[in-house]
Amino acid sequence: MSTTLKEYHAPVWSEPVILEMGYPGRRGVIFSDVEAEVQAAVGSADGLIPANMRRTRKPALPEMSEPEVLYHYLRLSQQTLGMMNISLFGTCTMKYNAQINEAMAWRPEITHVHPYQDEDTLQGALEVVHGMDTILRELSGMDQFIFQAGGGADAAYTNCAVTRAYHASRDELAQRDEIITTIQTHPSSAATAAAAGFKVITLMIEENGYPSLESLKAAVSNRTAALMVNNPDDMGVYNPEIREWVRVVHEAGGLCFYDHANFNGAMTKIRARELGFDACMFMLHKTFGAPKSGVGGPAVGAYGCSAELAPFLPAPVVAFDGERYSLDYDRPQSAGKIREFWGNVPVILKAYAWSRAMGAEGMAEASDISVLANNYMEKGLLAIRGVTRSHPEATSPRMEMTRYSLEQLKEDTGVDVHDVQNRMSDFGIDPMWSSHHPWLVPEPFTPEAGEMYGKEALDTWIAVLAHISDEAYSNPEIVKTSPHNQAIHRLKAAPLEDPLRWAMTWRSYLRKNSKKTA
Amino acid sequence: MSNHVAHPYMANSVPALKQEMLDSIGVDSIEELFQQIPEGHRLQRPINLPPALNESELRRHLVSTLSKNKTCEQNLNFLGAGCWQHHVPAACDEVVRRNEWLTSVFGEPSSDHGRNQAWFEFCSQLGELLNMDLVGLPVRSWGCAAGHAIRMATRITGRNEVAVVRAIDPERLSIIRNYCEPVDMPSHIVVRLVDYDPATGLLDLDHLRASIGEQTAAVYFETPSYFGVIEQQGAEIAAIAHAAGAEVIVGVDPISLGVLAAPIDFGADIVVGTTQPLGVHMNCGGGVSGFIATRDEELYAHQYPTLFISIGETTKPGEYGFGLSLFEQSSYGLRDKGNDWTGHSVYMWAIANAVYMAMMGPQGFEDVGNVILQRAHYATKLLADIPGVRVTFPSGFFKEFVVNFDATGLSVKDINKRLLAFGIFGGKDLTQDFPELGASALYCVTEIHTQADLERLTAALKKVIAQ
Repeated sequence: MSTTLKEYHAPVWSEPVILEMGYPGRRGVIFSDVEAEVQAAVGSADGLIPANMRRTRKPALPEMSEPEVLYHYLRLSQQTLGMMNISLFGTCTMKYNAQINEAMAWRPEITHVHPYQDEDTLQGALEVVHGMDTILRELSGMDQFIFQAGGGADAAYTNCAVTRAYHASRDELAQRDEIITTIQTHPSSAATAAAAGFKVITLMIEENGYPSLESLKAAVSNRTAALMVNNPDDMGVYNPEIREWVRVVHEAGGLCFYDHANFNGAMTKIRARELGFDACMFMLHKTFGAPKSGVGGPAVGAYGCSAELAPFLPAPVVAFDGERYSLDYDRPQSAGKIREFWGNVPVILKAYAWSRAMGAEGMAEASDISVLANNYMEKGLLAIRGVTRSHPEATSPRMEMTRYSLEQLKEDTGVDVHDVQNRMSDFGIDPMWSSHHPWLVPEPFTPEAGEMYGKEALDTWIAVLAHISDEAYSNPEIVKTSPHNQAIHRLKAAPLEDPLRWAMTWRSYLRKNSKKTA
Repeated sequence: MSNHVAHPYMANSVPALKQEMLDSIGVDSIEELFQQIPEGHRLQRPINLPPALNESELRRHLVSTLSKNKTCEQNLNFLGAGCWQHHVPAACDEVVRRNEWLTSVFGEPSSDHGRNQAWFEFCSQLGELLNMDLVGLPVRSWGCAAGHAIRMATRITGRNEVAVVRAIDPERLSIIRNYCEPVDMPSHIVVRLVDYDPATGLLDLDHLRASIGEQTAAVYFETPSYFGVIEQQGAEIAAIAHAAGAEVIVGVDPISLGVLAAPIDFGADIVVGTTQPLGVHMNCGGGVSGFIATRDEELYAHQYPTLFISIGETTKPGEYGFGLSLFEQSSYGLRDKGNDWTGHSVYMWAIANAVYMAMMGPQGFEDVGNVILQRAHYATKLLADIPGVRVTFPSGFFKEFVVNFDATGLSVKDINKRLLAFGIFGGKDLTQDFPELGASALYCVTEIHTQADLERLTAALKKVIAQ
């Protein structure tokens, strides 16, 4: 393979913090005075505020013209690499966020619509939500989806709320106070279970990459409320005993929740309900082509469940009688709200649009390509000095991602995964993902090729890592002091954890550095 | 595969490329790569979805579907209740749609520099509006922020009760109850609702005193309240709460803060709210967001469930950098031992919020606050003159107010149906959630409503009621 690395440098703007910018009296937005009759009828605004509730000192916001603000933020956008070249961020399933989907989501029929409007005026939005529900039902075998959760973690929380309501309806909630998960399941499953009031039992993985059935059997009891698990996990390992797991948990009276975070390699191949699961979750901002916005959202964790659990879903649920769509708020057994209103409708629209652009065959092909590309990359990556694959006992081809380790590289050269992440960005490549905490594999990294990028892009990615490995063995300092071609140099970590020096706002920064506010 | 057409979203969907990769791996078919999934787990039939659409077909399908919506641009809207129609400067839309941050994930502080700075500027500017030094990255909604803040207060105080104002959005209250857990859970937090004065809409201080005790972790109230009323007893409420050793959590609509006092100035310890009014469209409810802010004290900082972005220094002297702070205490760092949970939220809206606050500046916030106050009060004067119509709390409100229709003999549902024929979306029906208010609706008037709009509403209501 001979891939020539492109020369790259990020824009350097040395942009001030916006609170340092501006000039007194400049304006970015203006509002006209109220009409004379309004003024005459109600008097001054000041008189309409209870005296003790008036603001006495103006906020120290910048005073800027419209173009000054616009161009400041455009310069900042330029200083964000943001998948402009290659980003293989494992578990996040980097997909093309189609422009047509953005264009549709910014039409006034979405932006200028209020969720409490009369249902007759919302038929378009409701049809889209119902359409997405129908698609996800077919992909999972579940009977009802809702879109209220603002992300994957929020959907895991939804599952905990539904689990509580289900067991409460059977007068078993006080007894069933444990949720079982695995160490390789996303941290949010364990975290939301704990926040929902459950004790959390975390099963550890064995040499073959997944926890043993025996460890599950030992954990399950009449205190089990639910199992929350992903499959395949984010090392690309599929638990072949998952059907048996579900049976064991059901036998003990617990519910089974399938976190489909890593659905990309399994789309159209398996259905959660047929594996026995009671509920599942899809991330529309990952698998279904809606953008992630810096792993920050707005996002949607689409939560689906069996007919048996459906009465416990947060309200409202979108219903269709064959002619008209409506919002069903009348759900007396509902677990209560997870978030105001009925979901991030623009994100649902983008996912619906992606699904319609792909069709069933397109989804199947995307799944094929993502697994093919991951295994193609594995061959190139394992040829790089210092790179090893996790869990050598798990010999089957991994699914859509593989967990690797740079332990050898670090031992040999002192260069760690964080150094390599920084150095990658010098070649215009978004730093790769390492692993969730705790790191079961030392110096981990987890590329996920997905279906968007072409073979040339994957070859480039491999070539960059090979180049950095060569540098680590020949001139480690260049990696350890990286980045060299980025918008800024490497950030010092220690001050960010020091209460005397961290500053989450400009005013805090000024105070801690004894600078006077303007 | 003979008629296979490469999909525009998938560069490797060319059959020859797939074959090249298969050859490189040394397997005969893609199917061999799926050997981890047992045959018995595999779906035995093709998935049945509508056929794939090309971009032109997709556009036509979506435009046709969406055209069934009626918008607040074509109609005159008075719905608010947590999702408000304010003016969104076009620059907010332009910036927030930039692919660089729309499509980004977490990289390094150097390669994510611009986005991290934009997030820091969101927190910083919101901190100026709130007069608070510590602002976390956004949570998913106001209700989520309130729920998290209450859980923070229980961890800070080691207590397990919260007093919550009853004049609250029922959806938000439902979320709070969810975050406070059912009674069966050992970590259940008891929610005590505090009445409001039926004459003024303000918190009933006597009932507050009776509702709190040595187990009270926090008192939660809002200003403006769900009914739009500016809570002017903030200092008394805070004094009562603090005397009992409870935290004071205040929910606030930040667009009011150009004219209304910041909650910290009357004693708030934790301030929460939404930032949707700051440059984000309603988006059918998908524009909502939540924030949590406090003083910059370790006691509070270590209880946030959110991620933080701190300003810092790089290896080049004098250069700013921005990075995650206190990551370890989050659920990403500590799983079930972390503070509540974090994950995808609404960080993209934080960038729109940052643009909005910078464009508004101190004077913009003062002006918009003044215009809203005057127009909303003018609206109540017009409405109160309609026979049978009464404004329930006629003074001391900001942009929303309760309108009562009891004397018209009509239900809010009927009135709103009839208003629809005039191209008007009437206020949110409160009849079910607040039966004590009778046939009432929550109307919202903002800077976008002109005198003519308010007169149009008045004329339509007169006709509707006379029908």
